[in-house]
Amino acid sequence: MSTVAPTPNYSDLFHDPSHEDHRSFVQKYIFSTDHKIIGIQFLFMSLLFLLIGGLLAMLIRWQLGWPGEPMPGGAALGETRMPGGIMLPEFYNSVMTMHGTIMIFFAVMPLLVGVYANFLIPLQIGAPDMAFPKLNMASFWIAVPAGVLMVAGFFVAGGHAAAGWTSYAPLSTNPEFTGVFTGQVLWTLSLIILGFSSLAGSVNYITTIVNMRAPGMTWFRLPLPTWALFITSILILLAIPVLTGALILLLFDQTLGTGFFNAEVGGQPLLWQHLFWYFGHPEVYILILPAFGFVSEIIANGARKPVFGYHAMVGAIASIAILGWIVWGHHMFQSGMNPMLGAGFMATTMVIAVPTAIKVFNWIATLWEGDLHFHSPMLYSLAFVSMFVIGGFSGIFLASTPVDIPLHDTYFVVAHIHYVLFGGSLFAIFAALTYWFPKMFGRLMNEGLNKVHFYLSFIFFNLVFFPMHELGNRGMMRRIYDYTQYGFLDGLVDINRLISLSAFALFAAQLIFAWNFIWSLFKGKKSGSNPWRANSLEWSVPSPAPHGNFTFMPTVYRGPYEYSSVESDEDYLPQDVPPAKPPVPEPEMTLA
Amino acid sequence: MDWGFPESASTFGAQIDAAYGAIFYATALAFVIVQGLLIYCIIRYRHRTGRKAKPIHGNTRLEIIWTVVPALGVFYIAYVSASVWLDMKSEDRIPAGAYEVGVHASQFEWTVTNPGMDGRLGSDDDFVTRNQLHIPMGQPVRVLLTAEDVIHSFFLPNFRVKQDAVPGMQIAVWFEPTTAGEYPLGCAELCGLGHYRMRGTVTVHSPDEFDAWQVSEGAVAADIAETNTVASR
Repeated sequence: MSTVAPTPNYSDLFHDPSHEDHRSFVQKYIFSTDHKIIGIQFLFMSLLFLLIGGLLAMLIRWQLGWPGEPMPGGAALGETRMPGGIMLPEFYNSVMTMHGTIMIFFAVMPLLVGVYANFLIPLQIGAPDMAFPKLNMASFWIAVPAGVLMVAGFFVAGGHAAAGWTSYAPLSTNPEFTGVFTGQVLWTLSLIILGFSSLAGSVNYITTIVNMRAPGMTWFRLPLPTWALFITSILILLAIPVLTGALILLLFDQTLGTGFFNAEVGGQPLLWQHLFWYFGHPEVYILILPAFGFVSEIIANGARKPVFGYHAMVGAIASIAILGWIVWGHHMFQSGMNPMLGAGFMATTMVIAVPTAIKVFNWIATLWEGDLHFHSPMLYSLAFVSMFVIGGFSGIFLASTPVDIPLHDTYFVVAHIHYVLFGGSLFAIFAALTYWFPKMFGRLMNEGLNKVHFYLSFIFFNLVFFPMHELGNRGMMRRIYDYTQYGFLDGLVDINRLISLSAFALFAAQLIFAWNFIWSLFKGKKSGSNPWRANSLEWSVPSPAPHGNFTFMPTVYRGPYEYSSVESDEDYLPQDVPPAKPPVPEPEMTLA
Repeated sequence: MDWGFPESASTFGAQIDAAYGAIFYATALAFVIVQGLLIYCIIRYRHRTGRKAKPIHGNTRLEIIWTVVPALGVFYIAYVSASVWLDMKSEDRIPAGAYEVGVHASQFEWTVTNPGMDGRLGSDDDFVTRNQLHIPMGQPVRVLLTAEDVIHSFFLPNFRVKQDAVPGMQIAVWFEPTTAGEYPLGCAELCGLGHYRMRGTVTVHSPDEFDAWQVSEGAVAADIAETNTVASR
């Protein structure tokens, strides 16, 4: 890899404080091409969806805690959904489907990528903006109609899509099987449109990182969030077209009467699963790799120490990204796929545990001999490591094909995915939100409220999801409206009620965060440019970062994790601070 | 330990529960090490005035150790799992002389085609039961699984059996019941709004009892068939 960054020719784009900003309000905040505003637009949109997804989860938990009992206030949702407050099975299926769809595609994925790839990449590599600012604007405004269509599905006749977020054909293709037509089609259309948004974004992120790094910003001086987002963008670029293609076939089956996934006319139901998971497993890593990057950054900052094994960390992300393409079959162990294939997919799945273990050990080694400051981003990051490890371990149970037989499609899987996606990704998102909030808005979030939110979330998260392993072992199927129909599951009401009560408390704790977020936007303490005493380039510009980011092209002299370096009297050393004395050139070897 | 699994009633139970146990102990050990180190670091290296972090960038030997050790662990788990898995799921490893029965899944019921006294499917004495699977104890059972409309999943928690039933495919599933009694049959794959009530019963009979059941049930089924034929004439 070259050590010399390409010579940029966009110097006029940098922030010139002597020039007045002539952009109108609309250009500045609505149809903005500024990567930071686009990131913040994605932030508000995906936080809204996070709230909707959370409310749907509360409906699920009501039904599972008090099966068939009227929910207080539930009647307001209408006769077709909750007559007299009692949830109908068809509505339950829609709610469960949309909880998964919204959380994955409209909350966690844009929070990790849409928000932080946009906001962070140019700031961390020393660029004034993205390579294609208009394409970037388009990527947000394509996501908006996708979101509108997805929400619209709740209000159409027949209700919203009810075939699960995985939309297995032929349940999802024939309205006779679910009773849902319009909702199912809107679901498909929305995700097709959203795919174009993701593609436009990922092309931009990749181009920007390859071409627009500031002088001295070599590949191995990139902060790990940027590395992770770079590799994630490659995954998005390669995986989303597979999903979009599959969704178009699904749409044809739904609306034009084709039979790609219909066995009666020569199609194959399993084809959908292969296509979906060929996208879906890289997607799982799209939902965790950026989190790895954020957490690495914040743990180094909190420990005031360099990231342990920086190259190993990059290598581990890259190997996970490559291996992620050959593990999709582990979602299909019990699908009727040839069991020999299952054995092969088990082997590749087990291998992927190795780079994951490397990351965990490197995080712990980063703490070793450190000087740990427990600011709230650090607390969320440490919880991430702890919770993600549990999700990794439950993954090994599921990866072992014989053990998967009883556990597949039970609450054990629900526990597993929430340990990696909530305990993992979402805790990393809270870490990132609190850590970069000052750079976005110029103010710090209230630290006390963040800590209250952290401890409550940590406790109730575990009370919600840990007992689900037990439910899975006992055989409680996932996606089940009323498990008390089964004699052997009848005794699980108490555990489910405990889970539901904890889930309500977990949701309430998130309102503390929401309140803190909004309050801090207006009333938070002014942060200054570098509140965390961090090294990467975004902290050398004012908060909030101005249009054009840097007043001139920064020069990078070192890696991003020179914490507690002997070269500096402080315990940090920013990437763009020139060395105190020029390095002494090594004496040339001479032939005496 | 039973790990909270439903009581085992097939030969697979012991094998799967043992594999679960092995993974449980391995991951429990790793859990204690990882979370222990994490907590140790959090307490030992918390900020105190005057503490200075050591700017360590890495250590190749440690990287190799924590690459190789987990790799050996997971490879061992995969190796042990593979043969157990293939014994359970490979159609060519289904023991000869298994009792063969057809199960057809549709929204939202299980239609069981019993082979009758001649033990062969597709002969005249076949008879149908709904949501009722009757099988003999101590003999391997081979279920031919098909689906009518959407994907369902044939789930027998006590027998540690789960297999999707897919439209357009016929999938053979086998297991060997070891204990007589009545057990639940459930659908584990979302199959529509009645998914939650798509349940049935599996009855494991002792061999003598099973013959008696086949005779009486077969006769009843034949009577019904006769009546129907007469009625339709």
